[in-house]
Amino acid sequence: MIIAVWIIVGIIVILILVFVGIYNGLVRLRNQVKNAWAQIDVQLKRRHDLIPNLVETVKGYMKHERGTMEAVTKARTLAQQVASAGPGERAKAEGELSSALSRLLAVAERYPDLKASQNFLALQEELTSTENKISFSRQFYNDSVMKYNNQTQMFPSSAVASMAGFKPGEFFEVTVAAEREAPKVSFT
Amino acid sequence: MLVIWMGVLLLLLGYLLGLYFFDSGTGGLIFALILWVIMSLVAYFQGDSILLAVSGARKIDRDDHPRLYNIVEEMKIASGLEAMPSIYVVDDPALNAFATGRDPKKASVTITSGLLQKLNRDELQGVIGHEVSHIKNRDVLLMAICSVLLGTIVILAWYASRVMLFGGMGRTRRSSSGGGGSGQIIIILVAIALMILAPIMAQLIYFAISRRREYLADASSALYTRYPEGLASALEKIAASPEQLKTANKATAPMYTVNPFRKQGMAASDLTSTHPPISERVRILRSMAGASFADYAVAYREVRDTSKVLIPAAAVTAAGTVALRAPQPGVPEKLEEVQRARETSNLMWNLNDYKTITCKCGTKLRLPPHFKLSPVRCPHCGRMNPVL
Repeated sequence: MIIAVWIIVGIIVILILVFVGIYNGLVRLRNQVKNAWAQIDVQLKRRHDLIPNLVETVKGYMKHERGTMEAVTKARTLAQQVASAGPGERAKAEGELSSALSRLLAVAERYPDLKASQNFLALQEELTSTENKISFSRQFYNDSVMKYNNQTQMFPSSAVASMAGFKPGEFFEVTVAAEREAPKVSFT
Repeated sequence: MLVIWMGVLLLLLGYLLGLYFFDSGTGGLIFALILWVIMSLVAYFQGDSILLAVSGARKIDRDDHPRLYNIVEEMKIASGLEAMPSIYVVDDPALNAFATGRDPKKASVTITSGLLQKLNRDELQGVIGHEVSHIKNRDVLLMAICSVLLGTIVILAWYASRVMLFGGMGRTRRSSSGGGGSGQIIIILVAIALMILAPIMAQLIYFAISRRREYLADASSALYTRYPEGLASALEKIAASPEQLKTANKATAPMYTVNPFRKQGMAASDLTSTHPPISERVRILRSMAGASFADYAVAYREVRDTSKVLIPAAAVTAAGTVALRAPQPGVPEKLEEVQRARETSNLMWNLNDYKTITCKCGTKLRLPPHFKLSPVRCPHCGRMNPVL
């Protein structure tokens, strides 16, 4: 009789230990996702900060590209408005901003004076690098989300996840329709 | 693991020499271990500073060269390193780079000014990716352990051979046991053979480990940058440059991106090189279909025509599929090269504490750090410029 009680107590203790282990593993993965997201956030903010500077620098040289510049400013405002939203919504706005920016930089290729300006070169380097950092940190973030989601959906950790309320993470997928629009040339 | 074989070799050598000299294998074993531990401690605590001091590297900040700093930061993010490595520049026209730091949190990347000047952004990214992966994969620590093992083996064998030649032979051996004669002779013969062979074998193992880690670093660089062509074309530029690094020596060679002692036009695919031949590395990188480890493994097997497994299967599957990216848009190569040359020479002037005065006519005057005369005459227009 007493032995049976001890066995049951033992099983319960083991179950609790397993639960705690899985729970801690899930917390660690979730923190990694949060941390990776914070890294993306830093880079996105950096890009938002660079844009007014860029527009200011470019304005003096590119008088006939008002539309392209306005598109960038507008996309930035939109992206800033959803800055506290979830990854899905943000990714869309940031994707728009990315393509508007790359269009502006492509147009800039046609202005030799602008490209000789030290200020512009420094800005272009910063933008290129920020763009790279966004895509590298996005890759790291998506990897983390994948690992975390796998854990929340696979047995036995899925049981712990649903009991303790771990929700699956959202991927940060940027789908840019036209990566780079070819510079338009018209002879009229 | 090849490192374990090196360790086994060391212990075997210690054991047999112990048997020979002190009639006790364990004594020799302990002696070998103590020697190894002491050498490891020195390498562990002094290795980085010795290497950096020997190569004459100068530390740079973000403002000294924003592009280089950005690229290192990009690779730090892509590799998932916890801390930003410090960046050093060596004033040397040769094209090379190396990584140091046994601890990924306190690592550094060093590149030559020649590299900074000759490579475009994508190429530099490829090289930095290679170096950062040496840090991330803890290759620096691994190679330090290996070179210390190698050094210990060489020293042990060398001293033992001296003692044996000049005096050890005269020592009366424990022959009273009589019957153990044939066993003793076998031990002596094996000890002598090992004394001669161990350093050579250790050297070959060391080279093999080094080459393997180079391939792995190339694969990681492709994965981080998602643009293997960058590293491939950087390697080609490096292979084409005639300069040899002034400050490298045999001990520091495995730390570099390419072997600093390579001779022009030599296909060093033999066993006695720390680095795989550049042409082969380029071909592997160029025949990658994607940027993942799996793609590199496939390309490696194709080019080398072997079925050897280079990268652990777990790493291959974990990375998944990774698509290649397009090259970075840039200014025409010729124009950019002039800019890069200017940037690099500015950086080197600043690092050496030269003062820069821009004259009204646009001429830049560089003044050595302890220059006291004021004002200075501009050699171009004749204006006098005050030294601040």
